[in-house]
Amino acid sequence: MAGGAASGGSATTDTYKEARTWLLMPAWVTLSILVLAPVAMMLVYSFLTKEFRGGVIWEFSLAAYDQFFCDRGLFGDEPCTIEWTYLQIFWRSIWQAGTATLLSLAIGFPTAYFIATRPEHTRPMWVFLITIPYWVNLLIRTVSMKFLLRDQGPLNDFLINIGLIDSPIHIVNTNFAVQLGLFYSYLPFMVLPIYAAVERYNFSLSEAAADLYATKWVTLRRVLLPAVKPGVIAGCILVFVPSMGSFLAPDLLGGAKNFMIGSLIEEQFKGNAGNWPFGAAASMILMTMVLVLLLLYARQQARAEKAEG
Amino acid sequence: MATSKSAKFDIKTYGGFKAITMLCLLVLYAPLVVVTIYSFNASVSLTNWEGISLRWYVDVFTGPESEKFKIAALNSFVIAIIAATVSTMIATLAATAMIRGGKFKLRTVSFGLISLPLMVPEIVTAVATLIFFNSIGFDRGLMTIILAHTAFCIPFAYLPISARMQGVEDTYEQAALDLYATKRQAFTKILVPLMMPGIISGFILAFIVSLDDFIITNFVKGAGVETLPTAIFGSVKQGMKPNIMAISTMLLGVSVLMVTISYFVSKSDNTK
Amino acid sequence: MKTLLKSGAAALALTVAASAASAEGKLVLYHWFEYMPQEVLDKFTAETGIEVTMDTYDSNEAMLASLKAGAIGTYDLAVPGDYMVSIMAGEGLLDTIADGELKNKGNIQANWADPSFDPGRKHSIPYQWGSTSFAVNRDVYGGDIQTTDILFNPPKELSGRINMLDSQGEVLAMAALHLGIPQCSTDREQLKALNAMLVGAKQHWSSFNSDTAKEVLVSGDAAVGQIYDGFAAKAREEGANIEYAYPTQGYVAWMDNVVLLKDAPNRDSAIKFMDFLLEPENIAAVTNYAQYNAGVTGVETFLDPSLATQPEKNPHAKAGPGVFIEVCSEEVQEVYDQIWTNVKK
Repeated sequence: MAGGAASGGSATTDTYKEARTWLLMPAWVTLSILVLAPVAMMLVYSFLTKEFRGGVIWEFSLAAYDQFFCDRGLFGDEPCTIEWTYLQIFWRSIWQAGTATLLSLAIGFPTAYFIATRPEHTRPMWVFLITIPYWVNLLIRTVSMKFLLRDQGPLNDFLINIGLIDSPIHIVNTNFAVQLGLFYSYLPFMVLPIYAAVERYNFSLSEAAADLYATKWVTLRRVLLPAVKPGVIAGCILVFVPSMGSFLAPDLLGGAKNFMIGSLIEEQFKGNAGNWPFGAAASMILMTMVLVLLLLYARQQARAEKAEG
Repeated sequence: MATSKSAKFDIKTYGGFKAITMLCLLVLYAPLVVVTIYSFNASVSLTNWEGISLRWYVDVFTGPESEKFKIAALNSFVIAIIAATVSTMIATLAATAMIRGGKFKLRTVSFGLISLPLMVPEIVTAVATLIFFNSIGFDRGLMTIILAHTAFCIPFAYLPISARMQGVEDTYEQAALDLYATKRQAFTKILVPLMMPGIISGFILAFIVSLDDFIITNFVKGAGVETLPTAIFGSVKQGMKPNIMAISTMLLGVSVLMVTISYFVSKSDNTK
Repeated sequence: MKTLLKSGAAALALTVAASAASAEGKLVLYHWFEYMPQEVLDKFTAETGIEVTMDTYDSNEAMLASLKAGAIGTYDLAVPGDYMVSIMAGEGLLDTIADGELKNKGNIQANWADPSFDPGRKHSIPYQWGSTSFAVNRDVYGGDIQTTDILFNPPKELSGRINMLDSQGEVLAMAALHLGIPQCSTDREQLKALNAMLVGAKQHWSSFNSDTAKEVLVSGDAAVGQIYDGFAAKAREEGANIEYAYPTQGYVAWMDNVVLLKDAPNRDSAIKFMDFLLEPENIAAVTNYAQYNAGVTGVETFLDPSLATQPEKNPHAKAGPGVFIEVCSEEVQEVYDQIWTNVKK
């Protein structure tokens, strides 16, 4: 979505050219004060000294980043070796968010495609069917998921009653439950951009391919998929980014026993640890990572556009 | 509808896609349907079924937590109205500059700034905002939530508005300008009315995002200030409860109603 | 759009009016979840006309973090556990109650009148006291449960079905008892052993959760749960076939206290509420609800008689000592934080 809107601009005109500074001023001011300044302040905090049990002391310190990257043993007095703890937590977040994204793609792509190929007047109804659950609060949805999946929950009861399984499948408090929760949280963000892309797709291309004796699956892979790729990538970004920072799913569905970055950061401000500079540093690292990822995507988009002419 | 199979449609159909769509809907609705069913359970216990009853719906409005939820719902509503209104206005102006302002140097930068809240994981925005309010000594309360939501909602309002504006040709504005209308008149009398569907979807999207937001609210809210999501969180942390199930069912009902209404409204909208 | 704006403005006016109406007598309480019966608050409001707003938290540490993150000055009262009272006093988060300010101060039981965590009761009054140990589902496991091995080195039947409290203080204190080492030890070998034991024990645990500590036992999602005694009694009453253990290695004892916070916006209301809670009848209502023990004289006549005979309240003869959680020095606390991260990573 991000890249698409930036590059799309066929209807761009310069009617309000002289006024544009004034038109943009409210957005600039609001976002500078309420988004840029806070991020800048967070960057500053990540270089401050932590105050014991929460808060900061206004003294420059690299301790937060040192803690992130350097393993100095249990007592903090050994020479620096690579700290795997937080890298492992980051890696777990990438893995969980990535799996949830792939799961969303695997289910979301066929769904979006199916909806986009319905007769035009029924499509809004299908889109509504996908989005309605998202009007119910995210927390309630997550807890409902947990309620459904638990060992003594309705799903296991049902499966045992119909004789499919003998003992409950253990899902809650596993990594899989977290992936399922993330998938459930953000699925429409996958479906909607892909749907929009497929809807715009010109099916005569597929017909042409079929006329050239390409099989349906080859047509899908070689003709349709490249054409709707921006939608697919936008969907993946919109699922992956919020999943990376999530702390509700790991907390409620994962049993809070394996930190993801979101829970690690939350713990610094709301939980046991009370290490603000470290929480700020971890946030900066997370943000940098996501922005670099998006920048790479935007650059690749731009290059692809240039190639197309 | 699935039976309409002309030769032209065949190329579009993939075996299994329909099944996956049904599976997708099943996964989406199963938890909510189960919760809806159990919300009518007469039992205090979540798992034992003791017959149909509306007691938990009565409980939502008269029970010990009813006051808390009433205030929280009102807070959420006020915050969402203000944040969505302000962010929609900001986003409309910004979209006009971006789409109707020609090419300019700061265009990419501006777009990056506007979409920043979308690109940064919410927890980061939450932490940054908390630190910011804390470091400038701004007391946290309803106001901090409104400010944070306003900023966060701008990209959500901006996307549908700019998408609509790209689809609206500027011929009407040009015609008005040719007839000696001022730029301001062209904007308020021609562009904004033409943009209304986009502005309304932008407003609705921003409204929902604000109404549903938990992470940022949880970080920037003041003592004793609850929004619906934080009140629900305080309640469901200890596990699913029957009154929460009733609230969930009512939210689902309201959303089905609103979606149905907007469906018929959009059907009667000829400008599309 | 216009109508939306109008209704928004109307709603805003309503909220403002609502908050103005109640501004005369207010009290903002920061309290544990499921620990204060609504009837007690209603009674206080009926007697004094003061309206009570309550926010909840699920661990001492979370409450401290929130106060330090700027919430101080917005709440009047909080209810920290013993060790947290000393920490908060050290952080300067507590206001001092002057002599004679509390007219019911004399009702405090003698053994709780001058505790080490708040000498002379300058900042606090007793709320409830009890123990933290664990409860085991007897349908799942029939063997001996009077040992901390159940949590840290469990039998096969219980492994993977254990819920721990999401609270560093309680988990690490219990772990120290299990290893037979002093709390807040500065001995490096002991700390290393503590770290290794906890990291190794994690494989047996299915979740960390304080909020659902009771619910997971009732629903059967967990077969063992680290839990407070009154909470375990409630779980048992809600139908879980569980037994609360008093391990021979010892268990955690605690007292929660109502403290007067610094910069309390409604200090007078807060003092009134503290006096209210020192009246035997009122605190007994809390005890009957939460099923712990009050620290006020004269409560006995108001207590539910069944409470006294509850198995959760009566340690058996071989039970180890009940120990209070200690406040560690900054150096040891940093090691503790590191251990906690190692466990939860």
